[in-house]
Amino acid sequence: MRNGKGSMNRRGFLKGAAVGAAAGAAALVAPRVGVPGSLASAAASAALPEPVRLTPAQTAELQARETAPLPPEQESLTVSDPGSDFMVDVLKTLNFEYIAANPASSARGLHESLDSYGGNKNPEWLTCCHEVIALNIANGYYAVEGRPMAVFTFVPAGLHNSLTAISGAYGANTPSYILVANIADAEQRRAQQDWGGHSMTDPAAIARPLLKWDDNPPALQHFAESAVRAYKIAMTEPRGPVLLVVDASLAELPIPDRSKLSIPKLTLTSPPAADPAAVAEVAKLLVAAENPLILAGDFARDEEGMKLMVELAETLQAPVQGGGRGMPNRHPLSGGGSVPSADVILGFNRGSMFTDLYRSTDQQLKTSVRRTRPVAKVITISADDLLLHGNYQHVGRFAEVDLSLTGDPQATLPSLIEACKKLITSDRRRVLEARGKKIAAETARRREELLTYCTYGWDASPISQPRLAMETWDVVKRKDWALVSRGHPLWNADKFYRRMGAAGGGGVGGALPISIGAALAHRKHGRLCVNFNPDGDMMFVPGALWSATHHRIPLLIIMENNRAYHQEVMHLQRIANRRQRGQDIAHRGASGTTITDPNIDFAQLARSMGAYAEGPITDPKDLRPALLRAVERVEKGEVALLDTVVQPR
Amino acid sequence: MNRFVRHRSVRIAAAGLMIAVALIVARLGAEAQTPGATPGAQTAPAGNTQNGKRIFASYGCFQCHGREAQGGIAGPRLGPNPVPFVAFSRYIRQPAGQMPPYTSKVVTDTELADIYAFLQSLPQPPKDIPLLNN
Repeated sequence: MRNGKGSMNRRGFLKGAAVGAAAGAAALVAPRVGVPGSLASAAASAALPEPVRLTPAQTAELQARETAPLPPEQESLTVSDPGSDFMVDVLKTLNFEYIAANPASSARGLHESLDSYGGNKNPEWLTCCHEVIALNIANGYYAVEGRPMAVFTFVPAGLHNSLTAISGAYGANTPSYILVANIADAEQRRAQQDWGGHSMTDPAAIARPLLKWDDNPPALQHFAESAVRAYKIAMTEPRGPVLLVVDASLAELPIPDRSKLSIPKLTLTSPPAADPAAVAEVAKLLVAAENPLILAGDFARDEEGMKLMVELAETLQAPVQGGGRGMPNRHPLSGGGSVPSADVILGFNRGSMFTDLYRSTDQQLKTSVRRTRPVAKVITISADDLLLHGNYQHVGRFAEVDLSLTGDPQATLPSLIEACKKLITSDRRRVLEARGKKIAAETARRREELLTYCTYGWDASPISQPRLAMETWDVVKRKDWALVSRGHPLWNADKFYRRMGAAGGGGVGGALPISIGAALAHRKHGRLCVNFNPDGDMMFVPGALWSATHHRIPLLIIMENNRAYHQEVMHLQRIANRRQRGQDIAHRGASGTTITDPNIDFAQLARSMGAYAEGPITDPKDLRPALLRAVERVEKGEVALLDTVVQPR
Repeated sequence: MNRFVRHRSVRIAAAGLMIAVALIVARLGAEAQTPGATPGAQTAPAGNTQNGKRIFASYGCFQCHGREAQGGIAGPRLGPNPVPFVAFSRYIRQPAGQMPPYTSKVVTDTELADIYAFLQSLPQPPKDIPLLNN
């Protein structure tokens, strides 16, 4: 119930007391009887003025005003059916397991409903120490679970804080589901806090260039419909982040008439397959090709996507490069072939393919030379063009192709496989099988070369990256493991869930919270999750560790601690050399790029937040026992961190 | 779709790059990796191994090639058994790929010979590492 203008009820009094804390405190503790609160602070700060003394009649009047009951239409101390309870009902129908958030006063209505009315279950609140942690935990969770985790924040600061994670989500087609608290009604805003920092006219404007859709519902029924619509849009291919404003007064005021509210049924949209005629044309080219090459991005949504890609590769006996989680890396056709030798190149979710088709150099004069054969036909199958915002140049440099199919790759694969099978005669099959054997031999040879490559620097200190990867692999390979960070080509990623792909987003500062979100999704399956985490990344949001320990998310974190933002070290060296003053950089050390003096004690950092930790580990011989101890702790449900000091790259 | 994540997170592409680097090394090494003395070593100027080791670190070679010159995702292996000195020197002065140029103003010819001597001096890697058999 709204308060009458110009009146002061008890709620108004409490607001005033909170806003003017000093004055209020002075009034409450003023030793001099009869000094009104409004004058008390002035009296305290003045040069001992004569205190104002009230007459007994004035004092009685004041006391009566403060203690007398207000007229019913002005009194509003309790509410029995707040709007945010209905909002929780809506969120429950969307079956969110978790909601990640840093608490905020303007979000208090929905927060309390989630806890009390919703029982802090489906969704369960995940406490995060920063909004970018919340967003990235949700992004990592989606990468494994395949459905969104809700995120709750407020404007403007909370949404500002989360922008890099939203950027990562947009870039990786991750359907972040973002709820943002705002207070639209001027009368419902607290006089100072909400006007000063918690209210906007168009909250989504902060993030709109990165959003697939947003809405600002002014009523509860509108909220229900937009909440379901937002979920549907986020999950429609190509997927992307959505934002829904939660009006705080809508959440805190009572529901006018619950019988008039309803929650629409969620029906997800099937992904769009490419045009059948174009698919048939692609099949003809692929079956006739002598040296086809499949270049795949991280196209697969689930295990079925991996099975389909394997089926296409085996049908054609064609090599597959990339594929993220959609191609088992030890498959005989995985990693074979090359762009310069291919006569038909099929790109799945590869963006513009410019970086595939051209060899580019980062020298003083930037050069790009096309490296395909003149006769090569280039085909793309992607839904990328269906979701583009102009301000972000992620589209890549424009590359000429011969056939461009708009469609979701995984949804298109069944018809493409079928079309290829129809065209393959028994004679053609024999040719393809012979080609497949050659490719298998080639990929086996490449693997042997890689194994030999790993032997160099094997005993080096700091520890070489291959040594770290293979020591870890030896400890986890017989368990049901899942990488929640980048991996190593020698690990046997035989299942979709073994790797993360790019689905969680990225960017410096994202690796730790993304891995935590992913590990949370794996937890119910009892998988051993491993995160190779760079030191520079860890220092962006180390507070994410606390969320992992607090919520009992088992995770093995292996620091790739090279004590630098090493990529930037290399960039500075490059520029200095280009200007022929490389020695200066080399001798002095590049300023602003190293993380030394002091070296960070990551083990101590992790222990401070309740994790098991060891390190720094610099001798590769110390790795195995430390790994065994750490894995034992993780299998008991803990977070374990090993601070390993590694070679720069 | 990878979008800008691919550009911002070099680590995601690490696996593929490592294979590519291994192949580059294999090609470069095909000329050089024969038993016995390094081919081209006779034509290399004499260098100071200790100074070469120091320069390899202080001039930033390790940044891409690793502290033992073993290579990594940013640069190929350089030793032991480096490519012939002529090819080594030419590439450093005028690289054709992503490597930044090290002109004689940055690394003198003498220093280059020292680095080469360091690369020649590197021990052969251990053989039959059990962890690499699975």
